[in-house]
Amino acid sequence: MVNTKVTLSGLMMDNPIIPASGTFGFGREFAEYYDINILGSICTKGTTESARFGNPTPRVAECTAGMINSVGLQNPGIDEVISFELPQLAKIYSKPVIANISGFSVEEFVTCCQKIDSAPNVGIIEVNISCPNVRHGGMAFGTSAESAAEVTKAVKAVTTKPIYMKLSPNVTSIKEIAAACESAGADGISLINTLLGMRIDIGRRKPIIANKMGGFSGKAIFPIALRMVYEAAQTVNIPVIGMGGIETAEDVIEMMMAGATAVQVGAANLVNPYACKNIIEDLPEVMERLKIKNINDIIGIVK
Amino acid sequence: MTSKMPLLQITASRRIAKDVYETVLTGDTGAITRPGQFVQIRIPGFYLRRPISVCDVAGDKLIIIYKILGKGTAALAKLPVGESVELLSGLGNGFMVDDVYEKPLIVGGGVGTPPLFGLAKKIIEKGFTPDVVLGFASKDDVFYEEEFRTLGLDVYVTTNDGSYGTQGFVTDKMKDLDYDYVFTCGPMPMLKAVHGVSTDGQFSFEERMGCGFGACMCCTCESKYGPKRICKDGPILFREEIVW
Repeated sequence: MVNTKVTLSGLMMDNPIIPASGTFGFGREFAEYYDINILGSICTKGTTESARFGNPTPRVAECTAGMINSVGLQNPGIDEVISFELPQLAKIYSKPVIANISGFSVEEFVTCCQKIDSAPNVGIIEVNISCPNVRHGGMAFGTSAESAAEVTKAVKAVTTKPIYMKLSPNVTSIKEIAAACESAGADGISLINTLLGMRIDIGRRKPIIANKMGGFSGKAIFPIALRMVYEAAQTVNIPVIGMGGIETAEDVIEMMMAGATAVQVGAANLVNPYACKNIIEDLPEVMERLKIKNINDIIGIVK
Repeated sequence: MTSKMPLLQITASRRIAKDVYETVLTGDTGAITRPGQFVQIRIPGFYLRRPISVCDVAGDKLIIIYKILGKGTAALAKLPVGESVELLSGLGNGFMVDDVYEKPLIVGGGVGTPPLFGLAKKIIEKGFTPDVVLGFASKDDVFYEEEFRTLGLDVYVTTNDGSYGTQGFVTDKMKDLDYDYVFTCGPMPMLKAVHGVSTDGQFSFEERMGCGFGACMCCTCESKYGPKRICKDGPILFREEIVW
């Protein structure tokens, strides 16, 4: 018997597999396919202060081994998530979840984190700093060390739960941003969010996505994600959740060897609703084959 | 036990109109419970599945009709008989036929026509005889006119260029017909026009999809009752809830 249990800032998980925010809703759709209680945890759909319809359609474009999405943070708003979505999720998933929070101003992050802090089934708050800062010219919070640290400090001041900052890969130095979040008090970091991408319909001579650009995810981005997780894990001493293009148990092992304590699976869920289930079932076998008795032994083993 | 992600074998495939193919898939069809639902087909070499409406189901036979609109559907049309494909099956809400009105009318436009065939059979089972209006761009695009007629229904075909049937749009033909409820599927401008001339009914929508089962929120549209995911809360919307 191999050990797949890992711990993220006190959150004990049966395995390191977490469906990523925005690819799993609040679990309902996947509960129609399998018992989602097998999951290590669940990262819930990104939530903002008010309800958002999101961007116009088309919101999705296919790419080689991946996809671009521009959903635009469609969500029912923080109050509805706390009063309805999280209690509903608790009925079909008995373990603590990771609540993903988004904001377009520091105040919005603060309000959302403050409110969700008391939700009983939230174990960790993941703060998505890839959205534009509307107060400061629309530059994403996560693209400057200063604003990433500002958000981190502000939300830490109003919460009791571990705060994981979710980093954007669309930056010059991921090490600098990761270090800034750690210094500002983050309990962990998760990366990578999607890479900014674009496709054009050459027949119509127009972008496929209504919003022109979107977030590129899927198998194709795995090597980039792995490199950034490695760089971040080399820089900080807080836990790292690694994600980006993970599809198999082997990918999980690779991401953990690069320094991730747990992983999130994103786009793979959308093309195969059983993706996380398959990975969880395959993981012990792959570990045995690689002579890994305890999965914690390989975290960051590649120096 | 019924699988929601079954492997089905291609047992027949033929071209039935310009760029339009009818393919018979054989295997577990148990997840499909209503006409108007769709399947997401995994096509080798493509990241996203392709959502294709269900035309008809008979036992272990599933009939799909699709038009080649891009590389994915072109690859699907090239898959040989004998090959198996993996589906996410029984997706979407489907048409509600529990309380069909006295004089139902079926209105199809182009490749929006297929799901209306299985629907017609269900409406007939309920003891009603819907008239059928099918609109196509041109003579080469027309398909399934005879199949609907074989069900014993009156079928009216319109073409935009007048090369076959009545020249004009489906709504031109609808003026001549007596109906109190429409079931329709077709391109957005047609749905909008049908919405304008009808008072009650069910409309099947199309949108570029990611997952097809309600997780990614890529196909959301506005409705009178808030945002709806075309893949999960649709693809069928009631006339009264539609917001253009």
